[in-house]
Amino acid sequence: MVPLMEWVNIILQGALLGGLYAMFAAGLSLIFGVMRLVNIAHGDLIVLAAYLSLLATDAFGLGPMTSLLVVVPLMAVIGYTLQRGILNQTLGPDLLPPLLVTFGLSIIIQNGLLELFTADSRRLQAGAVEVASLHVADGLSIGVLPLLQFVTAIAVIAVLQLVFYRTALGRAFRATSDDQDVAQLMGLDNRHVFGLAMALSLAVVAIAGIFLAVRTNFDPAIGPARLIFGFEAVIIGGLGSMWGTLAGGIILGVAQAIGAQLDPGWQLLAGHIAFLIILAIKPDGLFPKVQ
Amino acid sequence: MADRTNGTRSEHGISRRTLVKAGLGAIAAPAVLRVLPADAQSNVIKIGHVGPRTGPLAGFGEANAFIHEQVRGILSKGLSNGGKTWQVQIISKDSQSSGSRAAEVASELILSDKVNLVVADSTPDTTNPVADQCEVNEVPCITTNCPWQPYFFGRKGDPKKGFTWTYHFFWGLEDVIASFLALWDSAPTNKVVGGLFPNDADGNAWGDPKLGLPPALAKAGYKLHDPGRYQLMNNDFTSQITAFKNIKAEIVTGNMIPPDFATFWSQAAQQGFRPKIVTIGKALLFPSVIESLGARGDGLTSEIWWTPHHPFKSSLTGQSARELTDAYVKATNRPWTQPIGFQHALFEVAIDVLKRAKNLQDPKSILEAITTTKYNSIVGPVQWTGQPVKNVTKTPLVAGQWQRQANGKYDLVITTNKPAPEIPVGGKLKLLS
Repeated sequence: MVPLMEWVNIILQGALLGGLYAMFAAGLSLIFGVMRLVNIAHGDLIVLAAYLSLLATDAFGLGPMTSLLVVVPLMAVIGYTLQRGILNQTLGPDLLPPLLVTFGLSIIIQNGLLELFTADSRRLQAGAVEVASLHVADGLSIGVLPLLQFVTAIAVIAVLQLVFYRTALGRAFRATSDDQDVAQLMGLDNRHVFGLAMALSLAVVAIAGIFLAVRTNFDPAIGPARLIFGFEAVIIGGLGSMWGTLAGGIILGVAQAIGAQLDPGWQLLAGHIAFLIILAIKPDGLFPKVQ
Repeated sequence: MADRTNGTRSEHGISRRTLVKAGLGAIAAPAVLRVLPADAQSNVIKIGHVGPRTGPLAGFGEANAFIHEQVRGILSKGLSNGGKTWQVQIISKDSQSSGSRAAEVASELILSDKVNLVVADSTPDTTNPVADQCEVNEVPCITTNCPWQPYFFGRKGDPKKGFTWTYHFFWGLEDVIASFLALWDSAPTNKVVGGLFPNDADGNAWGDPKLGLPPALAKAGYKLHDPGRYQLMNNDFTSQITAFKNIKAEIVTGNMIPPDFATFWSQAAQQGFRPKIVTIGKALLFPSVIESLGARGDGLTSEIWWTPHHPFKSSLTGQSARELTDAYVKATNRPWTQPIGFQHALFEVAIDVLKRAKNLQDPKSILEAITTTKYNSIVGPVQWTGQPVKNVTKTPLVAGQWQRQANGKYDLVITTNKPAPEIPVGGKLKLLS
């Protein structure tokens, strides 16, 4: 039998990983909630943020965490421009055009990054914090970096929740989400609201990208592989619910960790099964806010 | 492609498509004009090349442009065969790191470009579909840069019969095992090994309980613990790390992709797992990966296919291995990588074959030249003698360690040459902890 402490360790590490999944998912959830846009390029935008951070650390000698100060606003600007310049043109009653356009965007980003940065496998180096850990008990050490990542995920979700339910901007988001036409009649400029939603989404993407890039290596082609966990976390948590997204990420991370402990081959499968079970029992996710 | 998109914008005076077509034509025209002198039509011989230039395998194809440039330079005066001078045209196509795309472009090369010889490199995803197309269409084909078992058995090759049109040079799994064992034998450990094998072609072959590492390691007195196949792009190696800690593994081995190894290696440190030797196939080939690991790249070990220290010369350019990598570094400002030698050797062998073929217009004659190859390339001798199987010949494989030099740069040092004594050893293995 596996000792109890090992299970505690496995589940805890899975939960910490869930924080990263939640950050992947938060941006997706936000834009789907506001404008029903499924962003296939989300994973590639995460990688783009990682490369921007790499540039910032190389050019200004910043650490990965301080590079957030540059990369987050930059990604937000990219998001707003992208939405106003391209994606708004594709939105309409049909879900397909934005899907296809973001798919194309995904290919363009991947190949653009390949041209600029070559296929080299890169990583952001954060120094000693990468391998630092807190020794909690025998057989239980928590890495400082995964912990930081988890705390950041909670902070990001909390901020998004506040923005959504406590500010005028959040009211605009919710109004357009509920009924675009009526929101426009009330004097909201949907195009601008969508732009802001995408800006916020990509700001979150920037944070997720930097944590991913410190955690492991990245190259221009890895984006799509990271996308699926984000989607699953959104669906598990329920569309439009920020705390649900966090719960979804954690459930996914823990399910994968338990699966891996039984057999490494079941790691991803266990996550997918958890996802399917929840989809079967509660098709709207655990905490749905948007119908 | 452009023709297939619907014409909703045709109301414009000049549609975008027309503009794009015209533009592409203008870009493509000089290339066509350069390679097709009208009077030399009959004296043109074409080599088709398939390799990954974009996608996840792009690192393997990185040196393509450099090698093609080099070979085109040498061939600019033509190639003499049978008292005639032939223009040699190299048509290279991108596999986009996808097997189906590789098959598609190979068939284009054969059917529309009507190439006389096909060459391809880099992983089973490129070599296998390309070789299959050539076998079906009866076009001679030479490939490299893929261990021979996935190449041969992956194509359902029968060792008794073999293939007719397709030939391959590289090393095999048995060489990896021999060089890993030689590497580990050179330092004192408790001989307990943790295995990390993903659920992909390489991972399954390496971890195979009959043909892979497990029986060979057991025979050599090593205790291998294999927790099972994990999925690629894994985000969490806690269960493997816990298992390795429990059995007190001092060696970690496996076949991984760089992101998976980086995840494992940070988590191992965070969770207090400190092995003495870490020998991983595939992930640790490229200097960029080692650089990306920072100080934690120091001391990692890997199989070595080829380095500037290898004692071979190109019979095509006369360059030594060192001279070739120096030329590459100078031309591209990038660090040398192991595939460069094999990409150069691929064209060396192809040109040697074309020089010796009795009748360049006849595919059978080119094939005969391939089977009678006896060539000293920059990666070692290439000669198909029927060993290990009819269509495969092996190049030497050694193992070594990434060691940080005084200037902070990493150098790949050959620490064991037991499987291939002709390759000089560059230093001693240092333990990680």
